[in-house]
Amino acid sequence: MNDLLQVRNLVKRFESGGGWLGGAKQIVRAVNDVSFSVGRGQSLGLVGESGCGKSTVARTLLRLVEPDEGSILFDGKDIRKASPSELRALRRRIQIVFQDPYASLNPRRTVRQALSEPLFVHKLGNALSIAAKVVQTIDEVGLPRSALDRYPHEFSGGQRQRIGIARALVLDPELIVADEPVSALDVSVQAQILQLLERLKRDRGLSFVFVSHDLGVVRHFCESVCVMYLGRIIEEGPTAEVLDSPRHPYSRVLRDSSPVPDPEARVRLSKIVGEIPAPTNLPPGCTFHPRCGRVQPDCKSRVPPMVELDARRMAACFYPLIDGGMNGLIAPKRIEIS
Amino acid sequence: MNFPLVSKPPVLELRDLRTEFRIGGAWHAAVREVSLQVSANETLAVVGESGSGKSVTALSVLRLLPQSAARHGGGQVLLDGVDLAALSEKQMTKLRGEAIAMIFQEPMTSLNPTMTVGDQIAEAIQQHRNVTKKEARRLALEVLEEVKIPAAAKRYDDYPHQFSGGMRQRVMIAMALACKPRVLLADEPTTALDVTIQAQILSLLSELKTAHGMGVMFITHNLGVVAQIADRVAVMYAGEVVETADVHTLFARPMHPYTEALLRAMPRVDGNSAELESIPGGVPAINALPKGCAFAPRCRLKEARCEIDRPKLARVGATHQVRCVVRVEQHGDMA
Repeated sequence: MNDLLQVRNLVKRFESGGGWLGGAKQIVRAVNDVSFSVGRGQSLGLVGESGCGKSTVARTLLRLVEPDEGSILFDGKDIRKASPSELRALRRRIQIVFQDPYASLNPRRTVRQALSEPLFVHKLGNALSIAAKVVQTIDEVGLPRSALDRYPHEFSGGQRQRIGIARALVLDPELIVADEPVSALDVSVQAQILQLLERLKRDRGLSFVFVSHDLGVVRHFCESVCVMYLGRIIEEGPTAEVLDSPRHPYSRVLRDSSPVPDPEARVRLSKIVGEIPAPTNLPPGCTFHPRCGRVQPDCKSRVPPMVELDARRMAACFYPLIDGGMNGLIAPKRIEIS
Repeated sequence: MNFPLVSKPPVLELRDLRTEFRIGGAWHAAVREVSLQVSANETLAVVGESGSGKSVTALSVLRLLPQSAARHGGGQVLLDGVDLAALSEKQMTKLRGEAIAMIFQEPMTSLNPTMTVGDQIAEAIQQHRNVTKKEARRLALEVLEEVKIPAAAKRYDDYPHQFSGGMRQRVMIAMALACKPRVLLADEPTTALDVTIQAQILSLLSELKTAHGMGVMFITHNLGVVAQIADRVAVMYAGEVVETADVHTLFARPMHPYTEALLRAMPRVDGNSAELESIPGGVPAINALPKGCAFAPRCRLKEARCEIDRPKLARVGATHQVRCVVRVEQHGDMA
């Protein structure tokens, strides 16, 4: 196995209530037994609706949120067990790009200061080589060099996201965790940023964990995808296959709800019922069963494990769809892998 | 600028509407000569990127822009043929919510957090109708049921924070519908919602449009949503309508280079898009509009004349109008 990143059985719980303000103590399992891996030069999409835990997974990868259980192996080293100095070294190799770059850039520092700071922190070269590196990076993300001496508020949303990407690139990372990097942008600017990310992936051989709620963007950018629902990964596989013939009923609902720019393909929306349950009070068994159109009695009592259905296709459903559920047949149960 | 194929007279018609903002002491137009029509039982989608003037158009219809910074720069807003610009503020207050209602993107900021949702709707009804409190409550409950809030009677006395995002948007829609308006202005009503909830709200809006025979002006930046809900579409760029057509024509044969570029820039769920085509540059600021065609600096069809004269909206089909001299010439001006 020479995957760059291997995540195994990751769990993160948040607690709420139980303080001096009273209220019953509740535990939210934001991330529940999540496993995936990312190969070198590959990009993996994490998709799902709000509250499904996709951003929490992204944050645990850099230990911005401390996971409770499980392991995160980056290039063979367990990030969870790393000492502070090891973690610092690892964080140079894993960088994050956030949705709103304006909120993550210091408004009182120029772009040049923001880009040089990580190089000084990691003691990568002297002042001269750092200045050269900063100029090289700003060229790479397609901003004029005059941008270096300006402040974040002087830029448009797309330009700020370029600065956010430059800030991640300046340390020459191997893995970029991108948390909804194009969600706040207009469609024409979104395409510009996606093109930039694609070029970086190709030229630098970067790997990506790409968090998004937009299936179109994920289909365009990621080779493989994990669909999350209420803290669990419920389907995984090559992006085009998962979207063209989803095996988990939720993946199908998610795909069918995503509007496509074609009035001839209006989806019959009435079938999609219900909302996401509160994460403090998860339904027993399969968490999707209250919204599932194909629910069977055992779905309400047992949690379906992720099982391999075809080569590279996995889904956590006792009755996975065949042909994207077009014929409504129920597949025979496959053998569970450990 | 009328549509001969639209048999019904429009309930809402904008004629050369112009809205200006004061920036640094000078007035600049954010909405420039916009003409739109919405008929009863019709959804007109207004689509554009941020800064295209689509929200300002809707706010101008209801005269909700701050008077210190914005002014009506010309043109007419006709509701059933009556010009709203001539109405007094008092008449306008009566009209808002009664004849034209509006829903916004973020329902939490539009709802009063200290009042139960039922009382807020009942208050809106009593504002416009001469009914008793009890009757208002009954009507409010009826409309909550109409927007399919589960156990509406039980939830009547809940506060907005006790509702999920999708349910809050349903409450907003209920409030907008409470007085049975003829026109609904929906400003990005599903943008803050998850896709499965968005799908539910879109189908609800389309059911309610048919049930009430309302004219709906649906503002969005998402071409996928447009394809789902619209009967007709107007594409806006830099404060102008650059293309308008019925929804099937617009997606099958987009004519304006901006519409084309938008469609090519959108990654699709249902197919492997080859290379995304981005549009270079950004939307111009309203105080720095180019002299000729506003899209010319980003356009791949740009010719020298595009930068001299502002193109007119020209007819290229029965319901199809385009603001592009190059394209109109290629297809022959039918107007």
